[in-house]
Amino acid sequence: MNFRGIQAIFKFEMARMWRTLGQSIASPVLSTSLYFIVFGSAIGSRMKEVDGIEYGSFIVPGLIMLSVLTQSLSNAAFGIYFPKFSGTIYEVLSAPLSYIEVVIGYVGAAATKAMILGTLIFITAHFFVDVEVQHPFWMIAFLALTSITFSLFGFLIGIWANSFEQLQLVPLLIVTPLTFLGGSFYSISMLPPLWQKISMLNPVVYLISGFRWSFYGKSDVSLGVSLLIIGIILVVSMAAVHWVFKTGYKIKS
Amino acid sequence: MITISNVNKIYDNKFQALKEVNFEIQKGEIFALLGPNGAGKTTLIKLICGLTNATSGAVTVDGLDIVKNFRQTRKLIGLVPQELTTSPFETVWNTVSFSRGLFGKAPNPGYIEKILKQLSLWDKKDNKLMTLSGGMKRRVMIAKALSHEPRVLFLDEPTAGVDVELRKDMWQQVRELKETGVTIILTTHYIEEAEEMADRVGVISSGKIILIEEKNKLMKKMSKKEIKLVLGKPLSAIPSSLSNYDLKLTDNSLIYSYGDANNTHGVSDFFEQLKKENIEYTDIKTHESSLEEIFVELVNK
Ligand SMILES: Nc1ncnc2c1ncn2[C@@H]1O[C@H](COP(=O)(O)OP(=O)(O)OP(=O)(O)O)[C@@H](O)[C@H]1O
Ligand SMILES: [Mg+2]
Repeated sequence: MNFRGIQAIFKFEMARMWRTLGQSIASPVLSTSLYFIVFGSAIGSRMKEVDGIEYGSFIVPGLIMLSVLTQSLSNAAFGIYFPKFSGTIYEVLSAPLSYIEVVIGYVGAAATKAMILGTLIFITAHFFVDVEVQHPFWMIAFLALTSITFSLFGFLIGIWANSFEQLQLVPLLIVTPLTFLGGSFYSISMLPPLWQKISMLNPVVYLISGFRWSFYGKSDVSLGVSLLIIGIILVVSMAAVHWVFKTGYKIKS
Repeated sequence: MITISNVNKIYDNKFQALKEVNFEIQKGEIFALLGPNGAGKTTLIKLICGLTNATSGAVTVDGLDIVKNFRQTRKLIGLVPQELTTSPFETVWNTVSFSRGLFGKAPNPGYIEKILKQLSLWDKKDNKLMTLSGGMKRRVMIAKALSHEPRVLFLDEPTAGVDVELRKDMWQQVRELKETGVTIILTTHYIEEAEEMADRVGVISSGKIILIEEKNKLMKKMSKKEIKLVLGKPLSAIPSSLSNYDLKLTDNSLIYSYGDANNTHGVSDFFEQLKKENIEYTDIKTHESSLEEIFVELVNK
């Protein structure tokens, strides 16, 4: 293993976060705070409890997931897209690094950033509402798995994208709607039966459900199913990354 | 040091950029790869450095296959690509240290300081790359390529856009690198650069290697020497006593071509013959072909 090589990529990517502190940290924290103010305090005070949980507290896991998901995706996508676009990727390709090491560097950094962000939002939530964590181990496990899985997915988008528009396309058109419809702000059981069935096709539902369970011990689907779904996305993303590097798809002409 | 065997490269769009390329680069030499635009120079370099895969054939560096043993071979290689590609927001120091890290070397600030000083970049070390001029960026890329102490250095048009004085400096640095045993492969469109620096020259055209030769031998073999005599009185025809010489007659001058250097004897004979024939001349010009002319001739064949 070329640990120094991985470290170099990791450090480079983390430095990008400090450089763009406003964009990568401040803005998601600010927007989540707004959600807490609007949904948690203003509307939440007029809402009934959901699954026996205060509405403001109920939305905390979903909001964390929302940010972690979108940030993993966009961060990892941009992290690899930019060197590809500017040509600086030549250096990484000519270095004595296996593709797995390259992926660990880029995806590891994006996932780390997403987890830092998740933690910050978790802390922010305490200023607005009561938060309880029944299963801290599973909370961290879900956070880590989601960050890694969606960073991998974002990495793939970054390799696939040919333009900045395409880079935004998947997160904007697919992931954001799926996340909003994934039960961040409501329990799936509150939907009419037909929509409950349709929601079950949305992988994000399983992530948020599992994550919420680690907080309050209540979930829409069982823990096992949540883990299975996230595992499947992870394996599919890994297989896709493997294929990309094996064929040199869009990175080696 | 590098062996290239039966290498073919066909790009995805079916364009064949390299055709059965075979040659060796020797340890410690400066090898100049020449060829017109689109000949395949960059493609060949990219292939050896791992930026593109060969369609068929094999390359070894220091006896190791570049695909199977990529970790060992890539550590030995430094690459300065043709295009200027830099991360705009990084500082000079960070980007060079980053390169060293990528290649798995432990940090060595002293060494990086040394190369930055050599490349006259030391006073710019804390500057962001976007604030540098094109020639400075080129030198940063050279510093990056040297950061991990490679044994083989590829320079794909290293002096494009570098001013004359710095170019001379760079040549000097390249020679110094060679002194330390580094093998250097460079491509260039400045033929004088190859003439000045190279031990051996390879010419590639339309993906085929058309010639590999020691520079001095090539110059000797291919060079033409000419003596042009400006005539005092016009000649109507070349006298038959001079028919053994390769002569061309124009309006007011006589051009004598003599191939290789061994033929010096013929030159004095020629002048004796002229005297005998009473041919008067008012001026003598000599001309010796440069590598550039040789190159143009080769490629146009
Ligand atoms: N990614 C690619 N896909 C398809 N064709 C390519 C690709 N890269 C290069 N080529 C083609 O391969 C040929 C060789 O290109 P290459 O860049 O190796 O030339 P070169 O000798 O370096 O030229 P120059 O002196 O202009 O730098 C050209 O005809 C070019 O159009
Ligand atoms: Mg080129």
